[in-house]
Amino acid sequence: MSPHLLCILIPLLPLLGFVVNGLGFRKVPTSLVGIVGLAGPVLAFLCVCLLWGNFHAGNDAVIKTTLFDWISVGEMHINFSFQIDQLTMLMLGIVTGIGSLIHLYSIGYMNHDEGYGKFMAFLNLFLFFMLLLVLGSNFVIMFIGWEGVGLCSYLLIGFWNTNTSYNNAARKAFVMNRIGDLGFLLGIFTIMTTFGSVEYTDVFEQVVGMDVNAPVILTITLLLFVGAMGKSAQIPLFTWLPDAMAGPTPVSALIHAATMVTAGIYMVVRANVLFSMAPLTLDIIGGIAIATALLAASIGLLQNDIKKVLAYSTVSQLGYMFLGLGAAAYTAGMFHVITHAFFKALLFLGAGSVIHAMSNEQDIRNMGGLRKSLPITYWTFLVGTIAIAGIPPFAGFFSKDEILAHVYEHSKVLWALGLLGSAMTSFYMFRLLFLTFFGEFRGTDEQKHHLHESPLSMTLPLLVLAVLSVVGGFMNVPEVLGGHSVLAEFMSPLFDQARQANPALFEANALDHGTELMLMSISAGVAIVMAVVAYVMYVRNAAVPAPDSQVRSLPQQVVYGKYYIDDFYDRLIVRPVRGLGDAFYSLGEFVIDAVVGGVAWSVRSSAGVFRRAQSGSIGLYVLLMVLSITLFIALRFFNWKVFN
Amino acid sequence: MPLLSLLIFLPLAGALLVALLPRERASLYRWIAVAVTSAEVILSGLAYAQFDRGQAGYQLLEQADWITLPMGSLGVASIDYLVGIDGISLPLVLLSAVVMLVGVVSSWGIHGRPQAYFALYLLLTGTIMGCFVALDFFLFFLFFEFMLLPMYFLIGLWGGPRREYASIKFFLYTLAGSVLILLVMIGLYLSVIDPVSTAVAAGLIDSPSDMTAEVLRAVQFQLLHGQLNPAQIVHTFDWRYMADGANYLPNSFLSIFGEVSIGGMPSRMLAFWALFIGFAVKLPIVPLHTWLPDAHVEAPTPVSVVLAGVLLKIGGYGFIRVVWGLFPDGGAQYATVLGGLGAFTIVYGGLNALAQNDLKKMIAYSSVSHMGFVLLGVASLTAEGVNGAVYQMVSHGVLSSMLFLLTGVLYDRTHDRRIDSYRGLLTPMPQYATLTAVAFFASLGLPGFSGFVGELFTLMGGYQSTYLPGWITAVSVLGIVLAAAYFLWTLQRMFFGETWVRTYADDATQAIADLTLREQWLLIPLGMLALTLGLFPNLVFGLTNSTVAQWMLKFVE
Repeated sequence: MSPHLLCILIPLLPLLGFVVNGLGFRKVPTSLVGIVGLAGPVLAFLCVCLLWGNFHAGNDAVIKTTLFDWISVGEMHINFSFQIDQLTMLMLGIVTGIGSLIHLYSIGYMNHDEGYGKFMAFLNLFLFFMLLLVLGSNFVIMFIGWEGVGLCSYLLIGFWNTNTSYNNAARKAFVMNRIGDLGFLLGIFTIMTTFGSVEYTDVFEQVVGMDVNAPVILTITLLLFVGAMGKSAQIPLFTWLPDAMAGPTPVSALIHAATMVTAGIYMVVRANVLFSMAPLTLDIIGGIAIATALLAASIGLLQNDIKKVLAYSTVSQLGYMFLGLGAAAYTAGMFHVITHAFFKALLFLGAGSVIHAMSNEQDIRNMGGLRKSLPITYWTFLVGTIAIAGIPPFAGFFSKDEILAHVYEHSKVLWALGLLGSAMTSFYMFRLLFLTFFGEFRGTDEQKHHLHESPLSMTLPLLVLAVLSVVGGFMNVPEVLGGHSVLAEFMSPLFDQARQANPALFEANALDHGTELMLMSISAGVAIVMAVVAYVMYVRNAAVPAPDSQVRSLPQQVVYGKYYIDDFYDRLIVRPVRGLGDAFYSLGEFVIDAVVGGVAWSVRSSAGVFRRAQSGSIGLYVLLMVLSITLFIALRFFNWKVFN
Repeated sequence: MPLLSLLIFLPLAGALLVALLPRERASLYRWIAVAVTSAEVILSGLAYAQFDRGQAGYQLLEQADWITLPMGSLGVASIDYLVGIDGISLPLVLLSAVVMLVGVVSSWGIHGRPQAYFALYLLLTGTIMGCFVALDFFLFFLFFEFMLLPMYFLIGLWGGPRREYASIKFFLYTLAGSVLILLVMIGLYLSVIDPVSTAVAAGLIDSPSDMTAEVLRAVQFQLLHGQLNPAQIVHTFDWRYMADGANYLPNSFLSIFGEVSIGGMPSRMLAFWALFIGFAVKLPIVPLHTWLPDAHVEAPTPVSVVLAGVLLKIGGYGFIRVVWGLFPDGGAQYATVLGGLGAFTIVYGGLNALAQNDLKKMIAYSSVSHMGFVLLGVASLTAEGVNGAVYQMVSHGVLSSMLFLLTGVLYDRTHDRRIDSYRGLLTPMPQYATLTAVAFFASLGLPGFSGFVGELFTLMGGYQSTYLPGWITAVSVLGIVLAAAYFLWTLQRMFFGETWVRTYADDATQAIADLTLREQWLLIPLGMLALTLGLFPNLVFGLTNSTVAQWMLKFVE
């Protein structure tokens, strides 16, 4: 099949799944729902595989497919068109591959739910928009996908919509993302005004040759990054993501860990030419990223909800990805997107399996000792934990290490802070693992009675993802370890223009092998030490986090209360905006109506005066008539100019 | 076939027929209304088919001399029956036809005096069409004023408890605006000549058909240099002539040279503001909007649909055609103030919508906010902005119709529009909930639906405009966050959570019913239309592009 047909089919197949399951909700039989829902992503994945076959990396491998002329206004044309290059191929692989696995998992996880068909339909719709996002050949199509995945995120977070706090979480996610989208939108407008096009190829071509840190480029990149902040949960727009865990667990795995939240990274890498021309923006990104990584990791240290820990860990890992981008290490950032997709999807699905077995219990203080009853879940979760902690040779080690190495070239302070975050990551992840799977069972007897390993449709994805989490790192083994940096080679053409536009940014400042090895051993060592610390605390000493009722020390309380950022936003933004609305409605409208009423009243009073003229006396009327006629005749006679 | 005249006079004839039909035939009233409005859809479809989208000028012109009156030294008064459409009016004509049909079908449940109701409704239909196709200012004004009458009665007789207050408020507001329009219309009339008739009167040519470009230039030259005999000057209300600066009498009240000023302000600028206020009341623009929430709350559902779906658009149409169209100098000079007003309207309307507990009022304020985008787009004086403004009007026409119908569905069942009277409606009314969610998301500008394109382009126009400072767009963009906030909050409050309906709270045997077949047939096509327009925006832009491009030429200087 031609690549053009394939890249139309790829998003279309999940869309078909959405249409069938969505329109046929409650009509399509349950057994068929799963098949239809799974068919879309799996067939799309097959199409992606076929596309890989057609795709020859190395040369100028950009394939463009124009579906139709979407909007033509004045001088501006926006095509509905797709673009396939190395970056798109990677994202397509992740989205359809991980997507298929999670759809399979969802069949096992959700098929008893009343809204099963709806759930599968929404997941399919999400896949469609996500594919649109990564396939689009211009910023507007990306924006369509961007908003579309936001919609699906909203629908799926609030999927169990009789629960008010879930609905609040959904609304918060959408509105907070919208705030980011404002930046994105203004960024698109600036691009349009500056370059006269929103098509990637047209825009990037023109960037080459502009001044580094030109104000307009800074404006564009900062505005785009505001969009990325929202979708990829960076400070200050990150608080929606932990709340988003209200959605069913497969949603957390697919949307709020593996795919959608990495859209911000995709956007920056996609527009790497622009960002490379704005080193100042990159520095800002780096600063925000490290702050996010540390803040979220520190909150993760004390959380007791299995999904919340993973959520803060996701925010923190997204921070790492941006940290890489901030150091212009685009490949490293994308590499971490890929490995993170493997192990974070694995961890979330593992958590889902635990929650499933524990009859919807999510508090790790009530778990413990689950490794005996849930062996597959345990072993795969262990793999995921090792991978995210950055212990070699699992996937997370390679990608995180590459980021940290690039950051080291850039700034040693940032590197040290990154290492601190990575120490925290290792600690809270092993804490989670030990509290869940080790020690004695702390739940109710009834829960204990029900403990069971999940069905094959759920464990199979776990196994596949575990394998990927083990071997995923080998796609980009650095030279110092005898590898060939395959991924870097593959992605290299994406950055040709950036290198041409701002060579200084990419000047070889490569670390010597000795330093590189040293950095690696330090980060691996730190991770292992922290794992041991967690082991001592939670297995050897069998410590269990305190119940919520217990009084905490002030610093602990602040961290446990998530630094009260939500309350801060509530007081600083939400309530004032509501208050302003109420004030406008009660006061503003009142004043306007009072003015209008005043005018009406004065008209009526003056009408009272004139009414006296309407006395009904024929004589007066005749008199007035005669006078008027005389006046007109006089005007006419003397040829007075009244109007000119 | 005189398509456009049929569009105007068929409903008027229908109104007459309904009014004359004996009471025993009462069941026929609504069928006549359905037949007439369906015919309107077909007629406007025919106009669409005959329209040449590549051509910028007025098309399907129909002209007849109506009033010609020699007035001695004041020249000759001439009022024509002149109708035609261009790329700006055609989308609105199509929209009106569809919305009027939707309104009739949703009038099925109207209580009391069906004869008067449908007669007035058809009268309204005819006058609305007249507004959009008239090209003679006098003719336009006639329709514009006449429209008030049926609207006043439709709200005042079939409305809710405070209907009299609402209808009088509506009437006074609009009338005040009309007075301003009337004054400027007279001023324009005295300042503008009809070069063709003047040429005939001056003996330059024998009949209007002999008119050539050279004669035109000659007439305009003589006009400029005061060589025309005042008694031979033919004044006109024709917008085509008013739109050309060369047809203005030097030293006249609204002369393009701006010699006349009143109280230190050039009369043309005063006229611009007077016209602007006249049409801004209709759109509406804050602070001239307070009639709208009251009118909507009191109006019966179909009248709300027509009000939001069509009537507001006459304001935006007036901006493009008359206010900016005849006074481009004013539009250029006050762009910042006007754009600022647009931004303020967007944000003010959005904040007010956030504060509402009455579903209809919430939607009314969201309409105010969405109409702010129209002003922003027009004020930007860019192709993107103006095309976007027309598109936004069409999109809002479809979506607000849908929103008000949805409100009506609930009101029909419980006679309660308070948002906090409902919780968890998704469970008993899944179809209703789904369609409401679709309408809400479409209205808050989700890509794929029409709302997105309208906002995208008006904002883009605002941003790209050389007339507007950047902060205006930056403020306006806040409108889309506010829209997400108030629509989603309403959605959550009414549709999610445990089911509870205040009206039925004490009676467990009663349950609120989902959509009827007729309601589905109204709502689903509207939703599909919003989706189609959102996926294929060129359906509208294809019509507007050429006309707007020509319109923009006024501002190239």
